[in-house]
Amino acid sequence: MRTVIFRFTAPYLTALMVLFSIFVLLRGHNDPGGGFIGGLIAASALAIYGIACGVAAVRRALWFHPMAISASGLFLAVVAGIFSVFAGTGFMTGLWVFPKIFGTEVALSTPLIFDIGVYLVVVGGIASIALALEERESD
Amino acid sequence: MAEIEATTGGILALALPFVAAALAPILKRIIGAHAAWVLALAPAAAFAILFSFLPEVSSGGVVQFGFDWIPAFDVRFSFRIDGLASTFGLLITGIGTLIILYSGGYLKGHRDQGRFFSFMLMFMGSMLGLVLADDLMTLFVYWELTSITSFLLIGFDHEREKARRGAIQALAITGGGGLALLAGFILIRELAGLNSMTEVLAAGDALRTSPYYLPIFILVLCGAFTKSAQMPFHVWLPNAMEAPTPVSAYLHSATMVKAGVYLLLRMQPALGDTALWTTVLPAFGAVTLVMGALLAVRATDIKITLAYTTVSSLGLLVMLIGVSTEYALIGAVLYLIAHSLFKGGLFMVAGSVDHGAHTREIDRLGGLARHMPITFAAALLCALSMGGITPFVGFLAKEEIYHALEYGDAYHIALMAAAILGNALMFAAAFIVALKPFVGKLPETIDHPHEGGFTIWFGPLVLGVLGLLGALFYETYHALFSGPMASATYGQPVEIDISFVPHLNLAFALSLATIALGIVIYLASNGVRAATSRFLASVGWGPDHGFDQAMRGLLRFSYFVTNRLQSGRLDYYMTITVIAITAALFVPMILGGALPAEPQMPQLRLPEWLVLALILVGIVAVVVAKNRLTAIVSLGIQGFGTALIFMLLGAPDLSFTQFMVETLSVVILALVMTRLKLSPADHRPLREKLPDAALALAGGAGFAVFLLSIVQRPFDPALSDFFEEYSYAIAHGKNIVNVILVDFRGVDTMGEIAVVMTTGLAVLALIRIRVGRRAKAQPDPMETTP
Repeated sequence: MRTVIFRFTAPYLTALMVLFSIFVLLRGHNDPGGGFIGGLIAASALAIYGIACGVAAVRRALWFHPMAISASGLFLAVVAGIFSVFAGTGFMTGLWVFPKIFGTEVALSTPLIFDIGVYLVVVGGIASIALALEERESD
Repeated sequence: MAEIEATTGGILALALPFVAAALAPILKRIIGAHAAWVLALAPAAAFAILFSFLPEVSSGGVVQFGFDWIPAFDVRFSFRIDGLASTFGLLITGIGTLIILYSGGYLKGHRDQGRFFSFMLMFMGSMLGLVLADDLMTLFVYWELTSITSFLLIGFDHEREKARRGAIQALAITGGGGLALLAGFILIRELAGLNSMTEVLAAGDALRTSPYYLPIFILVLCGAFTKSAQMPFHVWLPNAMEAPTPVSAYLHSATMVKAGVYLLLRMQPALGDTALWTTVLPAFGAVTLVMGALLAVRATDIKITLAYTTVSSLGLLVMLIGVSTEYALIGAVLYLIAHSLFKGGLFMVAGSVDHGAHTREIDRLGGLARHMPITFAAALLCALSMGGITPFVGFLAKEEIYHALEYGDAYHIALMAAAILGNALMFAAAFIVALKPFVGKLPETIDHPHEGGFTIWFGPLVLGVLGLLGALFYETYHALFSGPMASATYGQPVEIDISFVPHLNLAFALSLATIALGIVIYLASNGVRAATSRFLASVGWGPDHGFDQAMRGLLRFSYFVTNRLQSGRLDYYMTITVIAITAALFVPMILGGALPAEPQMPQLRLPEWLVLALILVGIVAVVVAKNRLTAIVSLGIQGFGTALIFMLLGAPDLSFTQFMVETLSVVILALVMTRLKLSPADHRPLREKLPDAALALAGGAGFAVFLLSIVQRPFDPALSDFFEEYSYAIAHGKNIVNVILVDFRGVDTMGEIAVVMTTGLAVLALIRIRVGRRAKAQPDPMETTP
């Protein structure tokens, strides 16, 4: 698997895929995409990086344990739902603000936070499985 | 106003023991064994509150309070204090106060005394809730709570195996009975529409004439008989004697074992007085009465002797409730109160003897009277009441019982014979426990026998004296306690006029005969013990042994089932799963006649034809693949084909996800393959592959047919119209799929991502376990060198 070409291109490929996954995540509300797909893309990016350069490199790059990323995502998703309780509406009612940043109207919302939570859960969960399975090849 | 007071007071009385239970461990840590004095205030206060209801209750009134619990199912958290509940409640809290004090002295210096107080008070609160409960579900909850707290108390000495076994046995039997009771209550609720005891009592003959009387009767009886230790469910009670003595005195004589009797007394007006009731109950009761008393005389441990006399007394109570006449019920009520007093007292005496002389074996006890005079006095007072000697409450009960049974027909004669034999044996047992250890010569094996502290002798003495006072002031006793209780039990007001002055009638003659017989048995107790031991040895098998056999059988059965289902072979799991799914797809469709009509060949465009061709190529590639890895990768072709179809039909989100899922599953499957020690290819002969192939085809066909039948149903556009209309209007999103996921059905998604995370954790743990095992399998140099 670890051909020179693969090992050379894998970091760039991974970086591009992670960037693309964030793009997919953010555009998801109006165009095809969303947290789940974005998470899957990012997870496969990490899997590719792991196959090419070894699991240890991925773990170093991630800094956090993938399971911790997953758990923080779940936490974020729940927090996004709880926001609306403080706003006096039912649990998980979407809240929206449209601030102007550099002259462009940007839509920010609790569903977006929720979607980011979904993304993190999927990245962390799938990546931790994939990395754990890949681990043996390195030892 | 009065109602508000009842609610506050009643709820306070119910909550106090639990509050005290929560505080007990902390209090014990701060002030040691003296915590008992503070903790005893809780039951004492509850007693005072219940006592304040007495004027209303004894004049025939009913105090009711509670609030809605689960309104959707008409479940209320409600209580009802009538004569029956009041007397029971007073016994529970009154004896409970004494028991807490007694435990303060008895378990002084015990490492876990705080925990003990806590369990004890929790039990007290549960038991109080049980007898006061009105709503059937409330009653059931408290019923199970008593089983659980009793389990904790029996297993208090959890480091001993016998204590653990006793605890599990009690929980299995009483908990099992509790489930039967729940079923019975549900039948009463659903089929008769009666939600509470108040409604059950007001319903008159509704339950008796119901077509479901028999199942309700059996289920309620299962609950009552297991809790009240009727043969053959009695086995748990003697084994529960593994608990510290205060537990035995309280739970296993005075209160918990009476829960079943309470239930029968409570349901008597609604379920009783049928042919079934008057046959089954007396039959079980009489057998339990005689067998229990025989076993009591056989035992050499005074605590076990008392345990079997309790079994026997419970048999007597069930028998009397079964007779269902006014006098029989009065007798049952009088006996129940008397029994709680004298048996609680005698158990505490047994504990004091154990505490002072360090043994409970009757053969090794004697001559303690001089060293433990107060305990001896308490023991005698209780034993005289148990023996039915005037002027004690036990005498009133026995007179009334004989009075209730003095009819000439075979039914009553048989029950009378059982009552006389049982009572005579219990008379002997009472004096074996209360007299033998105290008279005669002090054996040399007993080192420094001594009286316990105030808390140790106070409880039994109070109970013994109460047994005397109750009979001396019988008019007050009947007016406040036994009268209202009997009225509530009989269903209409009854008058009790039995006094401690004997009248020369048949009942009194039989009473004298019982005492005479009892004295003979007492004097010949060694011979009787040997004879019963020989008899039981010749029988050999007993229900206690049967319980072990049943438990072993259950274990063996579960091993068998587990071995069958969890073979550990992946292919076996896969086969079972696919068979189950195929069956789940086909069976409802065939039974429901929902098989789809033959579909028409759709008009396909060129790209669609090409994708179909690609999928077919993929299938062929999977089947002819030389090794497993190739097959897995080829399987991916199908997935990509499906994703392409989604794309062509205008579902980019779905297609996108399908691509990613397919990629990742191929990657992960391939990685798993490298970890499994499989041969790279499937080398089985064709005839072994064919069944798998057939199954795979069946599964695929199942999904195809299922999808066809869904597609052929008329499409209901209500949901899609809704989402199309509101997706952007209220959720600010043009991508309907995403809006549904994160907004409209966000809670679903939250559940799903929780599953994703948990699955990740589980998979991680499984992979780790395998790694760990491998690491362990390698010999550790440290271990091999001695």
